[in-house]
Amino acid sequence: MTVEEIRGRLGGETDRFPVGMRVLAVDDDPTCLILLDGLLRKCQYQVTSTSQAKTALRMLRENQNRFDLVISDVHMPDMDGFKLLEHVGLEMDLPVIMLSANSDPKLVMKGITHGACDYLVKPVRIEELRNIWQHVIRRKKCEAKHESKSTTKGKNRHGNGEGEQGPSPTDNMDQNGKTNRKRKDDEEEEDGEENGSENEDTGTQKKPRVVWSIELHRKFVAAVNQLGIEKAVPKRVLDLMNVEGLTRENVASHLQKYRLYLKRISSVATQQANMVAALGGTDSSYMRSLSSLDGFGDFRTLAGQGRYPNPALSSYQTGGIFGRLNSPAGVSLHSLSSSALIQPSHAHNLSNSLNTLGKFQPVVLPEKQNTSSFQRIPTSLEFDSPGDPTIFTSVGNASLFADNRAPLGISSNSLPSASINPLILQGNLQQMQSGGVFGNQSSLKVGSLNSEPFNTGVAVQISRFSSNSLLSSEPFNHDLLPPNSMRSINSFSGPHIRNNPDDFSSMSAISSHMEDARGEIQCQTGLVGDVRNMNQAMDKRWGEHNQAYVQNPNMVFNTLNSMAPTKGVVDLLSQSVDQNNGVFRRETNTSLVSQSNSSASTLLQHSGVEKSAIDSKMRSGEDYILEQTKTQGGFVHNGYDSLDELMNSMIKRV
Amino acid sequence: MLGLGADRLRADMNRLLAFLFHQGVLDEQFLQLQQLQDESSPNFVSEVVNIYFHESEKLLRNLRGLVLEREFSDYKRMGIHLNQLIGSSSSIGAKRLTNICVAFRAASDQNNPTACLRALELLEHDYCYLKNKLHEFFQIEQQRVMAAGVRYPIQN
Repeated sequence: MTVEEIRGRLGGETDRFPVGMRVLAVDDDPTCLILLDGLLRKCQYQVTSTSQAKTALRMLRENQNRFDLVISDVHMPDMDGFKLLEHVGLEMDLPVIMLSANSDPKLVMKGITHGACDYLVKPVRIEELRNIWQHVIRRKKCEAKHESKSTTKGKNRHGNGEGEQGPSPTDNMDQNGKTNRKRKDDEEEEDGEENGSENEDTGTQKKPRVVWSIELHRKFVAAVNQLGIEKAVPKRVLDLMNVEGLTRENVASHLQKYRLYLKRISSVATQQANMVAALGGTDSSYMRSLSSLDGFGDFRTLAGQGRYPNPALSSYQTGGIFGRLNSPAGVSLHSLSSSALIQPSHAHNLSNSLNTLGKFQPVVLPEKQNTSSFQRIPTSLEFDSPGDPTIFTSVGNASLFADNRAPLGISSNSLPSASINPLILQGNLQQMQSGGVFGNQSSLKVGSLNSEPFNTGVAVQISRFSSNSLLSSEPFNHDLLPPNSMRSINSFSGPHIRNNPDDFSSMSAISSHMEDARGEIQCQTGLVGDVRNMNQAMDKRWGEHNQAYVQNPNMVFNTLNSMAPTKGVVDLLSQSVDQNNGVFRRETNTSLVSQSNSSASTLLQHSGVEKSAIDSKMRSGEDYILEQTKTQGGFVHNGYDSLDELMNSMIKRV
Repeated sequence: MLGLGADRLRADMNRLLAFLFHQGVLDEQFLQLQQLQDESSPNFVSEVVNIYFHESEKLLRNLRGLVLEREFSDYKRMGIHLNQLIGSSSSIGAKRLTNICVAFRAASDQNNPTACLRALELLEHDYCYLKNKLHEFFQIEQQRVMAAGVRYPIQN
């Protein structure tokens, strides 16, 4: 993966990275804080600074994709810098740089072991700050590389000694990115020139790194469950696991992380339960469906049918998605964000092959030991392969599409009904394009959703969706669309669609749906704007797929309508529809209109724009949409000029 | 003629700075601070320095309280205060103060009350000196800005 690609995945002004990199600076000393703030701004980063570690943690938890990097002082009155470091490492996969007036090697060592990716000594010079972006890139690169590695490789790495670290630091990265993150950081740290020799030469002897592969973690979890989480002591767990080369210390540290994780999950789960309750009945069916992780198989069937009756949808399991999320990206169910979303740490490395998805499901669940909390996890659309995309619409609420490609974290909190819009849209289209789109490939960074306004937008709208409507293509029955029951399909699919632009031409309805999905995804970022985009996407598709998918556009629109609580959307849709599709039935429009809810001033504004877009076939229309989103202002990723970037950024953000 | 005043004042500022550099009171970190000052933040240096003074005085008061305690034993707290003082002093380029603080911290780590007291006195003395000099610097700066703002009336 080239730096440009990585760059493309990063958020903010990706094309000018590191300019615009979002940094969170934490220091209790106001002099240093204001100075750091000034220096970072001089480097043209986007800086947020706070003097309270707790505030920083809260900001990070609220929005997982808000920052690219964290710089924190070591000595702070309200929370130890190392503790903050640990939290950030466990919960969000962000690089953290420590800052201190003390250059004591012991402290530096402590920083490294806690997972800091760099340690700066005050006074900080601007030259040092100019280079900190490397940590962001490196992490992305490692994650990318990591995703492409198979589990077996991860297993091979188990117990590898230090020797491995030098030449291939990423090799040691395991699918279980979360648990390995610290190690990864350490390795990255080693790569860093400043620390390279330091690590090797420091007096303490380095034990061979343990890579917590999926299999290993599974064993670990099984052992812990057998003993009971309360009673699990490292020694006994170690004995139960019966793995060679594993030391009690390894188990102890892993256990500690696991316990933290569970604590976090349980708090999130209660939140989710509340959310679910608030969402209403659909949630229960959704949750039911979530429990069975066999979404993949179901989807295929569903897809085959060409229409997705609600019940069928309900069988969609987020759990499945969950598993999916993990698989491609290496199941690193990075600690869930506070919103209790699972956030595959390597989500952005969506791999089109969903082969591993199935495998991971079981892994995912046991890891979490909290299936219920996963209900929220958006069901990701899975694609078996690029050639055979299957779109799954998740009936449930927060089923966020977790496209691996588009790690739009689905924060359970924000998505009570994060249904997968694209899924719905695509319902008919079996041939969803290269699965990337709906992919649930691990990128489903469910976890990070919360923080994303993106997700929030979706969540709001999702509740309005009736997934059914979207699914059925032929017997599209607008009346059947219960506006509020529909779960919006995350527009995650959008980015996926994007990934296979060439496929579009070959695809008929699917592409249109995907486009829609994409639009939807975009919609999510900024409510109105996104809808607009969706419309646009849909419009584009229409031109191409008039005949067979008369209803599809309707459905899509319907979705859009419900999604975007703006009447304008509906109007826009109608307009677009009329324009593009002579076949389009008027009554459909009206029904659509009637179903749409809200005021869409923004949409109306863009109707003009949309119209123009309608005529254009799928062009790098993503650009267009992206641009539109940009103007919308609602969309966070303004810098994208391609869907790829959008996706990447989404992935990244997650 | 008035314009020349601004130039002269700028020369005065530079001379003062050079003097402080020569003495070892300030180092190039202060220059970095100056570089961060631009049109968008025209008073950046004085803002930061004022914050520094405010915080440092608090820390110095605390340190004095700790050192002069009858049972002088809270080295840990002293260490924490000193750490912060070192961080902020070095960040604005107050080199001499930083060095004294480092020595102070070493004395504190060794639990040496006499050395701590001596270091504290030195610290307070140097702090006063720095504060006076920097105030002088900012005064000249202010005058310079005012002088530079004066323009000759333009004859059509």
